[in-house]
This record gives sequence, structure tokens and C-alpha cells, in this order.
Amino acid sequence: MDRIPILKMGQFLLVTIQIDLYDRIALNLETDLVQMIHKTGARGVLIDISAVSIVDSFMGRILGNIATMSKILDAETVVVGMQPAVAITLVELGLPLNGVFTALNVERGMNLLQSRLASNPDEEEDEDDNPE
Amino acid sequence: MITLNRDRLLIHKDQDVVILRNRVKEYATKIGMGLVNQTKLITGTSELVRNMLRYAQGGEVLIEVVSRGRENGIRLTFSDRGPGIADLDKAMQDGFSTGRSLGLGLPGTKRLMSEFSIKSAPGEGTTVTVIKWKNG
Ligand SMILES: Nc1ncnc2c1ncn2[C@@H]1O[C@H](COP(=O)(O)OP(=O)(O)O)[C@@H](O)[C@H]1O
Ligand SMILES: [Mg+2]
Repeated sequence: MDRIPILKMGQFLLVTIQIDLYDRIALNLETDLVQMIHKTGARGVLIDISAVSIVDSFMGRILGNIATMSKILDAETVVVGMQPAVAITLVELGLPLNGVFTALNVERGMNLLQSRLASNPDEEEDEDDNPE
Repeated sequence: MITLNRDRLLIHKDQDVVILRNRVKEYATKIGMGLVNQTKLITGTSELVRNMLRYAQGGEVLIEVVSRGRENGIRLTFSDRGPGIADLDKAMQDGFSTGRSLGLGLPGTKRLMSEFSIKSAPGEGTTVTVIKWKNG
């Protein structure tokens, strides 16, 4: 099916895109991630696009949407591993992905998420205080 | 300009873009186009196919390997029999969209390609022709 698996790792969701994206798959990923953040209360989303050889305006917008929506649900998004040719192309296309955190690789992306979470831990305590 | 090779693909659904991108990549690799130029070419391809699907229910793409002087390149012709574009100047502006999307497809693709031309009239469909030179 047209779906990309989402892994839960502690407080984070991890997505590794290893197939060629087309619009339907990107849209499904957006919906699935938002639902999954809501369901799990994840505090961070890491999207590894190191195997993705092209990102056009539609997919770029979806990455932006995911970052915006996860923010509303109190989670940070980091996009990791963007190939240099993809980054150059996105800028020339006119979509430099402002507002989306990026990192060179998964490890650095994880560090970024962890440090953002450490500097903003309030909500986590709230959750612990609230019985279901 | 000399055409060295010619290939035609019909586009009617979302996933067809994957086949087309792979085919374009094959030809671009064959003529020795570098990765950055390939990425620009294929990203533009993706934009133009989306327009065909979204605004014209699909169409046809002609892939050609062309040569001019000492330069080799890939020429792509996207033609559809959709509603056409009433105001081309507007459609070529960054941010103009009738589809509530980013409006970067046409102007952005023009920036990514070496050559870009568009022909369209209401009721007569749309044809976009682009060339990416190997070193362009
Ligand atoms: N093949 C086409 N047939 C009809 N109209 C088109 C076609 N391609 C583009 N257009 C028109 O040109 C506008 C700009 O296209 P584009 O730059 O790709 O931005 P977007 O697709 O985000 O709207 C579209 O909103 C649409 O009105
Ligand atoms: Mg478009």
C-alpha cells in the first residue's frame, strides 16, 4: 500500500523514507504522522530523507505542513540527511524550507530533538500529572 | 538541433510520475549529466507532470536526447488537452495558483531548466517544452 512506516522510539517518532515519493504517499504520511503524534503524545518527529533523490514543491510543502502541525500538537520535527543536490534544487525552485529544522544525519537530528525537549520540558510534567 | 533518441510516455495517474522520473534519469545518466543537473531536471519533471494530472487529467510526455553543437541534453515535451491557461503571464509568476498550492511549479521549473517554453490557450490544452543541457 501507499504508506511509509512510522517507528516509535521513546518520545520520538522516526520515519525513514526509502521509496520514491509521489503525491499520494506524501499525503498519507502527513495524515498518519499527525494521527500518530496525537495518539502517542510523541514530543519529536525525525524524518530521514537521505534516500530521497528529489523533493519538489508539493513534497516540500508537505514537510512544512508536518512541521507546523506537529508544533501545534507540541512536537518538534527535524528533517535529516537532505542530499546537497536536493537542497540546491529546492532553493532554485523557490522553496528553501524555512521553518523546518534540518540536520545532517539521524544522530545529529536526535541530539537536536533531545536538546529542544530538554529546554522545554514543562508539558511533559503536565502529562504525568494528568490521570487518564 | 539533432534528436538522437525519442521515447513517449502516457500519464494518467499519480504513480506514473515514478516511471517517468526513472526514465528521464536513465537518459540523463546515459549522456553523462551530473547529479545536480539531473536533480533539477527531474524535479522540474515532477512539477510539470503534477500540473498535467491536476489541471488536465493527464497527458503525454515526449523524452528526447538532443544535441546542439557540442552540447548534449534532454528535451521533454509535456502536452495535454486540458482546459488551457487563460493568462500565461500570471501563471508564470511565483505564487500564482488556481489550485490553492504554492504556485511555484511553472516559474520554479523555468529556473531549474536551461530552456523553457510554454504554449497554451483556453480550450486548446497546454504544451510545455523544456531542455536541460548536460552542462547547462
Ligand atoms: N497543464 C495545465 N493545464 C491548465 N492549467 C495549468 C496547467 N499547468 C499550470 N496551470 C495553471 O497555472 C497555474 C500555476 O501553475 P504552477 O506554477 O505549477 O503552480 P500550482 O500548480 O501550485 O498552482 C496553476 O494554478 C493553473 O491554474
Ligand atoms: Mg503546479
